[in-house]
Parts: sequence; structure tokens; C-alpha cells
Amino acid sequence: MGDVPLGSTLAAPSDEPISQPPSAYDIAVDRLFRNLAFGLAWGAVLVVALVVGEIGQKALPAIHEYGTQFLTQTVWDPNRKSFGILPQIWGTLYTSILGLTVGTVFGVAIAIFLSEGFLASAVDAVLRATGQADRPFFSQLPVRVEGVLQTTVELLAAIPSVVYGLWGIFVVIPLVRPWADWFHTHLGWLPWFSTALSGPGILPASLVLAIMVLPTISAISRDALVAVPPRLREAALGLGATRWEAIIAVIVPAAATGIWGSVILGFGRALGETVALAMLAGNANVISWSVFSPCSTLAALLANNFPEAGPVEVGALMYAALILLAITLLVNMVGAAILRRADAGLKGLQ
Amino acid sequence: MKPRGPFADPEHIDLPELERSLRNPRTFLDLLLSTLTGLLTLGALFPLFSVLYLLIVRGGRLLSLSLFTSLPPAAMVAGGGFGNALIGTLLVVAIATAISVPFGIMAAVYTAEIGPETRTTRIVLFAAKILTGLPSILAGVFAYAAVVVVTGGFSAPAGGVALALLMLPTILLTAEDAIKSVPAKMREAAIGMGATPTQVICRILLPTALPGMLTGVMLAVARAAGETAPLLFTALFSDYWISRTNPLFLPKSVSDLMQPTPSLAVLIFNFSSSPFDNQIELAWAAALVLVGLVLVVNLLGRALSRRAIRA
Repeated sequence: MGDVPLGSTLAAPSDEPISQPPSAYDIAVDRLFRNLAFGLAWGAVLVVALVVGEIGQKALPAIHEYGTQFLTQTVWDPNRKSFGILPQIWGTLYTSILGLTVGTVFGVAIAIFLSEGFLASAVDAVLRATGQADRPFFSQLPVRVEGVLQTTVELLAAIPSVVYGLWGIFVVIPLVRPWADWFHTHLGWLPWFSTALSGPGILPASLVLAIMVLPTISAISRDALVAVPPRLREAALGLGATRWEAIIAVIVPAAATGIWGSVILGFGRALGETVALAMLAGNANVISWSVFSPCSTLAALLANNFPEAGPVEVGALMYAALILLAITLLVNMVGAAILRRADAGLKGLQ
Repeated sequence: MKPRGPFADPEHIDLPELERSLRNPRTFLDLLLSTLTGLLTLGALFPLFSVLYLLIVRGGRLLSLSLFTSLPPAAMVAGGGFGNALIGTLLVVAIATAISVPFGIMAAVYTAEIGPETRTTRIVLFAAKILTGLPSILAGVFAYAAVVVVTGGFSAPAGGVALALLMLPTILLTAEDAIKSVPAKMREAAIGMGATPTQVICRILLPTALPGMLTGVMLAVARAAGETAPLLFTALFSDYWISRTNPLFLPKSVSDLMQPTPSLAVLIFNFSSSPFDNQIELAWAAALVLVGLVLVVNLLGRALSRRAIRA
């Protein structure tokens, strides 16, 4: 090293700099590329406008013809050109709210379980009890196990809904049938159990729906719980609260807006879910309080009737699609607005 | 009020009362709630494992090579498979990917790099969030109105458009995140060398952000491959091979492409309500293949994103 004079490894300073100004070609390509990106960015906006416009335009004749009666009538009969979607609206709301309730209980429980590190501390306790905690091999284990659990919960969302539908037909319906029979025979005077479960129905559909909204709720709720500043928890523990007293009285209320946002977004998913419901709800034009009665939903109506619909029925289906679009857009915007407020609210606590 | 508890009398601290004992209602409640959340979490995982178990047991029974090389069987006819549906799924998803990936990534390049603080960006991101919440059946309704009605028939491109609509927001939003997380130093070094914005994007930002963008693409592909609702009345279904001339392969002509196209998801949907055992068993086998496909792509995407974070 010492033999080589230092300067020789460097290129002799030349008049030509390494960097050059862009050529006219470069500038032209640059302008084209940037305009293309600008155009495609607006393209994404155009797509939304096209979806709303296309469905709205195709629904327009039906809106003129059937008016608001469409929302209050209970018959769907293409032969008599009589269309009403009240049973579908009822079924959509009933299954969504029931599924959402079950999904929220499980989803928030999972969010708390994951965000408070219960699993990691349990694994840690086991390692300590067996005297393995100090081994470097196991040092990452609690964190790893928790990561695996989180991925597993997220994988619930990766299973296609048609597979959940298949599973619902062959597992959930046989599983709830004995319970449904018991409730119907013993508590049949209650409106919720007033019919027998004939197979597909509101309850199995809602249970499968609960599984499908659960990952949404648990993921967003977990983010909200993790975002609660640690000093709030520390203050509660310092005042003598137990772990759960801190969770219930301090952490969950601080994250409440975010949890609400997750529930509303889960509601949006439940309203639009199609195939699993078409397979499990029974597709009957019925309005009933009973959780064992079959029902129909807006999305299932579209899925079942569209492939074989004539031009008159397609118009009515487009009207139904427009109603579904309006409801889900509204619910999703409310959910997004709540989540934005949750972010803003936590900033004051940092 | 007289103080109570272990410190009531400062002369004498009641040590047993300081110990953790389940007889203390507060400690008991704590343990009860911990157990309850643990059980609820386990309960929520039951469906996942139940689905996987049944798929492997019921679907695995039928699994053989002939499933992938033969056509769906008629009622009560033994044998048969879903080769055409598998090819159809791959074809429709490929069309959707070809539409949504360039579209989504170029839009993300704009929102993340060219005009990050502009009003356009705010509107585009708002539109993308709206698309995220779009029910999948409505993507099908749109593709029906915009493609099926215009071209005059059910076809693979119609299904591809519907799926592309569902993939677009995922790809756009993850690509935006990935581009934004490229270190500013790299961008600044390139600008300092005299690179035009396009050169910075194409030579520095996109290659560096590639793993993150790929994650988004793979998650979107995994989701699209399992979608049924948007295909029901866009690609429809068919009991025949896509290419009439060469059974196992892709469409050979435009007229092949513009035919109703089968897919695994629609096959499962149709056969699940079939009264015939052989078709139901085939639905389980198809579900096993579909879930396997979806989970592999999904997990690969996640593994990529973990590597991206580490780098």
C-alpha cells in the first residue's frame, strides 16, 4: 500500500464533469412520463366516477319507473314486472348487524390480546418456569410467537369467501342445527326463535359473516390500542390499577374512536359480502325476526338474478346495485372519517 | 375516613394481604378476563383450522394429476376435474394484473413523488380509499355494464376488468407507501448527479421500492384469485376448454378469448349447491387447490415485505 503514491488511484482531474445536464431527449421523455403519471392518477378518480356513473345511468329508467315504491315493496317477480327490495334491505341489515356484533366481540378481544402482549408474557412465563429464558436461542421466541398469531388472524381474511360458504354449508349449518332445534322448541314463543332452521338461514350466514369481518376489526382496533400513549397505561398502573382495570378504564376508552372506526369499516365489508351469503342465507323473499328463518340480501339478489336476467330485470337489478353502492359508500366514508378523528384525537395525548 | 388495606396501620404492614391471591376479587377478575380473551382468540382461530383441516381431508382425498387435465364431470359421472377452471382463473387474474399493475404503480408514482402535496393527490387517494370499500359484486355490475353489454357477451376480459377494479386500490396504496419509504438521501444523490425526475423514478425509486410494491401486487393477486362475485356475470362459466384447438393451453385467437371463461371460484360456487356427491367432492378438491394457491401467494408477499423492512 505504501509503495503506491496516493494520487495515482484517482483519475486525473479532467474538464468533463461526471454529471451532465439532461439532453433534449431526456427532457422530452421526462415530460411525457410525468404527464402519463398525472393522467393515470386522475384515471383512478375517473374509475370511481365511471363506476358510479355507469351504474347510476343504467339504473335511471328503473328509478323513473318504480320510484320509491321499489324500496318498500316485498315482491320480486320479473314476469309481472313487479320489483321491490324491502326483504333484501331487511336481510342485508339483519345479517350484517348480527354478524358484526359477534365479530366485534371476538375482534376486539383479539386486538386486546395481541396489543397487550398476553401471549408473549405467557410464553415468557413458560420459558422462565422451565429455566430456558436466558438461552439466546429462545430470547426472540415470545415476540415471534406473537407475530405468528397475528399473521394467522390476518390469514382468516385471505380465505376466499366462496370457500367459507362451502365450509358453512357442511360445517356451520350441521353444527348449529341441534342448538337451533332446542331453542325453537323451548323458546319458540320469542320472535327470534319463532321458526325452525331448515338449513340455510340468518344465523349460519351471520356466523360466517362474523368470521369474515373479524380480521378487519381486529387489525384496525389493534392499531388503535397500540397507538395509546404508554404513559396513560403507566399512570393507571402506578395508581394501583390491575392490568384489566387499566385496560377497561383507561386504554380502551382512549382507543374507543379507533375501535368504532374499525367496527364501521367492518360493517361496510359485511354489507357488501356476496357469495358466502348467497350460499348460506337461503335466498328467500322473507321478512322475519327469527334468526333461523332464511333471508335474502342485496348482494345475493344481484349474484343470483344477474346471470339470467332479461333487459327489464337488469334495469331493476341496476337500481338495487345503486342502493347497495350508496349504502356502502356512506358507511365507508363515515368509518374513514371516524378513523381520521381518532388519529387527530390521540395527537393531543402524545 | 379511616384508611383501610395493608397500609392502614403504618406500624404494622399486613404482608399476606400484599400477596397475589385469587381470593382477592380484583385479582380474580383480572385472571378471569385474561382467560376469557385467550379463549375468544383461540375460538376465532377455530374456523381457519377447521377450514384447512376439512380442505385437506375432504379435498385431498380426490387430489390427483387427472384433476388438472380433465373437464368438470356431469352429474353422477365418476372422475373429471377442473383443468379448464384452473387455466381460466390464471387467465382472468393475469388480465386483471396486466391492467391494474401499470395503472396503480404509475398513479402511485404521481401521488408519492411527482406531486405529493397537491390537490390531485388528495383526490386520488380519496378515490383509492373509496375503491377499497367497494363491494366486489359491484365491480362485477360495473364490468357487466361497461364490458359485457358493449362487447355483447360474457368473456375473460370482462372478468379481468372487474378484478382489476378490486386490485387497483391495494396496488396503488402499497406502492405509494413503498415509494415514500425510499431514503431521501438516494433521491437527493440522483438529483445531484443531474438526473431528470423520470430518471430518478425509474433508476432509483422504483428498483428500491420493488419489494414493497411486489408485496402489494401479490396480496392483490391473492385476493383477486379467490373472488367469485365479480366473475359470476362477467366471465360466467363454461364446461369446455378455453382454447378449442389445443385443449390444455391458452386462447389461440380473439374468439377464444371472448368466450365465457370458467374459474375455480365459480366452479366451487356452482357445485356447492349441487345435489350430486361427485360434484360436491370436486368442489372440495377445487377449494383445496384455490386456497393453496391463494395462501402461497399471500404468504410469499408477506415474506417479501418482511425482507423489505429489514433491508
